[in-house]
Amino acid sequence: MQKRNEVRIAGLGGQGVVLAGKILGRAAVHDGKRVVQTQSYGAEARGSAAKSEVIIADERIGFPKVRKCDVLVAMSQNALDKYLKDLKEDGTLLVDESMVREVPEIKARVFNVPATKMAETKLKLKICANMIMLGALVKATGMVSQEAVEKAITQSVLDKAQKVNIQGFRIGLELVKQ
Amino acid sequence: MTGKTSATHFWQGNEACAEATIAAGCRFFAGYPITPASEIFEHLARRLPQAGGITIQMEDEIASIGAVIGASWAGAKAMTATSGPGFSLMQELIGYAFMTETPCVVVDVQRAGPSTGQATKAGQGDVMQARWGTHGDYTSIALSPNSVQEMFDLTIRAFNLAETYRTPVVLLADEVVAHMREQAVIPPSNQIKITNRKKPKPTDKAFFNGEDIAPMPSVGEGYNVPVTGSTHNEHGYRFTADRTVHEKLVKNLIRKIRDNAGKIVDYESLNVDDCDVGVVSFGCTSRAIHETIELAKKKGLTVGSVRLKTIWPFPEEAVRNMAKNVKVIVVPELNMREMFYEVERVVHGAVPVVPLNKIGGGEMITPEELLAEIARSVKKVD
Repeated sequence: MQKRNEVRIAGLGGQGVVLAGKILGRAAVHDGKRVVQTQSYGAEARGSAAKSEVIIADERIGFPKVRKCDVLVAMSQNALDKYLKDLKEDGTLLVDESMVREVPEIKARVFNVPATKMAETKLKLKICANMIMLGALVKATGMVSQEAVEKAITQSVLDKAQKVNIQGFRIGLELVKQ
Repeated sequence: MTGKTSATHFWQGNEACAEATIAAGCRFFAGYPITPASEIFEHLARRLPQAGGITIQMEDEIASIGAVIGASWAGAKAMTATSGPGFSLMQELIGYAFMTETPCVVVDVQRAGPSTGQATKAGQGDVMQARWGTHGDYTSIALSPNSVQEMFDLTIRAFNLAETYRTPVVLLADEVVAHMREQAVIPPSNQIKITNRKKPKPTDKAFFNGEDIAPMPSVGEGYNVPVTGSTHNEHGYRFTADRTVHEKLVKNLIRKIRDNAGKIVDYESLNVDDCDVGVVSFGCTSRAIHETIELAKKKGLTVGSVRLKTIWPFPEEAVRNMAKNVKVIVVPELNMREMFYEVERVVHGAVPVVPLNKIGGGEMITPEELLAEIARSVKKVD
C-alpha cells in the first residue's frame, strides 16, 4: 500500500455516501492508520449532490480535503461528470452502473458495480447500495482489511441495521473479481 | 467518555466538542438546532442527561442564551452552540453576559454568510462578530480550533477561561473542523485541568466589578444579589446616570481580560525565526500550512507561520515579532478580509500585509493557492 490514499465517494443526498466514508475511515483507524474524513452536502435532506472524502496515511494529515484522488466512487452520473477530472491517471474508478449511463474511456482502472440493482434485488433495500460500493472498493484496492470494515459497520449503524449492511458489504466484495 | 486511562477516538469535531463539554463539568445546554452545529446539541441530548445534566431545546437562539445565563447564575457551567444566524440573534444577551460577568460558553460553528447564506458550507466570516458582536464597550475571548483534537481541548479551555474571568467565551469553530472526523487522544479524566469560578465567603458583599475578579454567588445561596444589565456597582445596585460608576464598571470589564492577555493568548509558531514570508492563519484555513511550507521549500522559499488558537485577545506580540523577520505577511481566510485588518493594525507598516480570500461553496484555500499567493507577494516586494 502506498503511503497516502485519497478517496472520494460521491453521489446524491440519501445514498449514504457520508456513512460509507465514515465507515471506511473508521476501518482505517482500526488498521492503525491516520485518517481524516470530511463531507460536503447540500441544505436539502435528499437529492442534492453529496460527497464524502477520506484521506488515509501513515503520518499526520494536514490539509484535510481531497484534491487529486486515488479512488473515485461515483454513485450518480452527475458525480462522475463532476469529479472524474480529479481522478489520478493510475487511480481506480468504481461506478454504480445502475445509476450511471456513461463512463468515458480513461486510463484508470474501472469497476462497474451494479450496486443499486443488487441492493434492490438481493437485499430488498435500495439504500444499502453504499455498502455494496464499499465492499467493491475494499476488494478492488485492498486499502483496508475486511475485518476492520465489518467492525466499523457494527460501530456505525444501529443494531437492527447491522446485518443487512454487512450483507451488502460482502456482496460488494464478491462482485469484484481480482 | 473520559475515563481512567487515555483513549483514542475517531470523532467528529462536534462530537469532540460535546464530550469536552461534559469533561469540563458543564451540566446545562440550551440550544436551537442549526447546521453545522446541530451535532453538538444532538450528542448532548443523549449524553448530558447520562452525566446528570440537562439539555433543553428552546424556542429560538435568544431564549437559548437566556437559559444559559440563568443556569450559570444557578451555579451550573452552561453552554449553547449555534452558527452565524443564531450567533447574530444571541448578541444582545451575550452583551448582558459581559455586563453581568456571567461565565458561559458560546460555540459558533461558522458557515458562509451573511444571513442564511450557505448553510452547509464553511466560512470564517464571524471573526469580527466574535469581537464586536454586541454593542457598547467590552473586550472578548474567542478560541479557534483547527482539528478534532482541538475541538476537545479548546472547549475545555473555553470553560476554564469563562470560569476564571467570569465572562462569556466564544469557541469560534467552522464547518470543516466541526464536521470532519479524525483521531483525537482524550487524556484520563484526572489529567484534564478544570477551573471553577471563585465562590464568595459568607461575609462577602461585593460580587461585581472588582479589582480582581469578584466571587460569584448562585441564586438560592442566601446572598442579596441584584443581577442587572444596567450599570451597577460592586453590590449589583443600579446607577444609570452616574459617570464614575459606569466608567469603573466598563474599564474593569475590559481590564480583566486585557491585563491577563498574556495568560490567555495562545498560538502555534512554525519556522518564524528563519523565513522570508510569514503566514498568519486560524481554524480550518491553517490546515494548509504544513504542506505549503514543504512546497515552498522546493521553490527555494522559506515560509514561517503563526497559527492563532486564540483570535481574541489577538496574539499581537507573536505577529509583531514575525514581522521583524519577514519581507511580507500573507493572511489567508475564508471571508472578505477580517483578520487581515487586525494583522495590518499590529504590523503597522513594518512589512506589507497581503490578503488571500476565498468565499462560498465550502471550498478551502489549498496549499497550492496559498503558495501561489506567497510567490506572487515575494516577487512584488523583491
